[in-house]
Amino acid sequence: MNMPVRPSDLSEAAPLPIPAAAAIRFENVSKTFAARGKGAAEVRALSGIDLAVPAGSILGVIGRSGAGKSTLIRLVNGLEKPTSGKVVVDGTEVSGLDERGLRDIRRRVGMIFQHFNLLSSRTAFDNVALPLEIAGMPKAEIRRRVEPLLDMVGLADKRHRYPAELSGGQKQRVGIARALATRPKVLLSDEATSALDPETTRSILELLSSINRELGLTILLITHEMSVIRGVAREVAVIDAGRIVEHGEVFDIFTRPKHPTTRSFLGAETGRELPPYLRAHLRPEPVPGAAVALRILFRGPHATDPVISELSRELGLDLNILSGSVDEIAGRPFGTLVVSLPNDPAKLGQALTFLQARDLDTEVIGYVA
Amino acid sequence: MSPEILRLIWEATLDTLWMVAVSASLATLMGLPLGVFLATSGRGELFAAPLVNKALGFVVNATRSTPFIILVVAIIPFTRLLVGTSIGTKAAIVPLTIAATPFIARLIEGAIREVDQGLVEAARAMGATPLQIVRKVLVPEALPAIVLSLTLAVVSLLGFSAMVGAVGGGGLGDLGIRYGYQRFMPDVMAVVVVVLIVLVQLVQSTGDHLSRRLNKRLRHG
Repeated sequence: MNMPVRPSDLSEAAPLPIPAAAAIRFENVSKTFAARGKGAAEVRALSGIDLAVPAGSILGVIGRSGAGKSTLIRLVNGLEKPTSGKVVVDGTEVSGLDERGLRDIRRRVGMIFQHFNLLSSRTAFDNVALPLEIAGMPKAEIRRRVEPLLDMVGLADKRHRYPAELSGGQKQRVGIARALATRPKVLLSDEATSALDPETTRSILELLSSINRELGLTILLITHEMSVIRGVAREVAVIDAGRIVEHGEVFDIFTRPKHPTTRSFLGAETGRELPPYLRAHLRPEPVPGAAVALRILFRGPHATDPVISELSRELGLDLNILSGSVDEIAGRPFGTLVVSLPNDPAKLGQALTFLQARDLDTEVIGYVA
Repeated sequence: MSPEILRLIWEATLDTLWMVAVSASLATLMGLPLGVFLATSGRGELFAAPLVNKALGFVVNATRSTPFIILVVAIIPFTRLLVGTSIGTKAAIVPLTIAATPFIARLIEGAIREVDQGLVEAARAMGATPLQIVRKVLVPEALPAIVLSLTLAVVSLLGFSAMVGAVGGGGLGDLGIRYGYQRFMPDVMAVVVVVLIVLVQLVQSTGDHLSRRLNKRLRHG
């Protein structure tokens, strides 16, 4: 078994070479599905996608179902062809390949699936061996290749079990071993943890992180869960109605989301959502005797400073903490605090200046009586 | 019952088994690839050839909708061309095979279509050729259902083989008609029916058992 990996361990891992080129690049890619049947309109799944996945990194694409993320990931190994634009994988333009060329690139790109897609008629060992049989590898070599893979995913003792005898998490481990069998440079993860419970999800994500670090594998994953992105990805792209509406480092997107879709995905994930009791008392306009409710986002170098006590001391303010959470995102501390302070414009101005000087984001969210 | 009659019953049983075995084997040999093709040649499928698919589908339906006894008579010239005679067990194999092939093809088509499309996608994502997908994914995954289909086909062939007795095809049906019916020997008729029942039971339970053994989707023990 692999040791659990924590994001903070990342700094101690051997430094990865600076990615020189993108392992996957989408250049102005659009995909339209032809109308099926009379009267049906054609479906525009993706429009004008520009996205690069740096070699050796993990990029998560998040979107609602129907946003186009499944189509996006299937363009990488040519299961779908773009209507226009280019998809370049590991230096090869996939969008221009014929069937033979596609089969070749597919052996360099592994893929794992939401429902695992293991053959029920094959044992764990034989499932992992399948892509090697397809590639025409001799039996003895297949054996040498498969055993260490089953070891790596922690299933050496289950090698002769059939999928029906394995748990969901174990099935996905077989799926991962199978995807790695041909030693690909790129791994595509299609909602790989969506059918798993939270704990199993965590262990699968840890496995993916360790594979990424140890094998230098580039991972493109799609999901509809922010917690998955947060657990494993370095970069995130938010896709909505076939377009990428926001893209950046996970920490930045989580702490300063700009697009409404991103904000709705984040929801409770970063303490952005107010607790119900607070929401019920919040007024958009000041009422007599009400206090100002101020949201402070702790990010960056001052995230762990004792800002609140300094603020209270230096400005002589009575602060009341209404809600808050402190967390870690992509290995960096991040906190959200909602405080109330007297509705005094001068004091409020001073407080905001004080907080902005420490590079903290602030937002007046309303008034509480 | 005289030893002579018992010997006739024994020989007729062997004839029936031989006719069914040979025609079932030949029909499987042709019906399996045909069924796989029917299941994979629709629009947008592995071996997409919608027109050929439609044409073959029509031929299969036409053969299947022809009553067996009419098929037997209608193809007598073809049977004679192929085996030199239109009477006896050897001649019976021809119409039996021709009737069973499209039947088996449709059953196999159904079994193949039941295979999860996700598995086909996974195999494509591994770089498998369409033929590899058939050999390594579709057929092995459909095998339990294929075995049940073939069992059904063999059981049907046992019934059909009794019918060719009416046109001098040999085997248990022939014996039942000539001795049981035409010579008024109800005991012979009864034995023929019992032997057929036993054969059907044996075939069915063997097929069920084999299919269960092959089905790894069920947890064993």
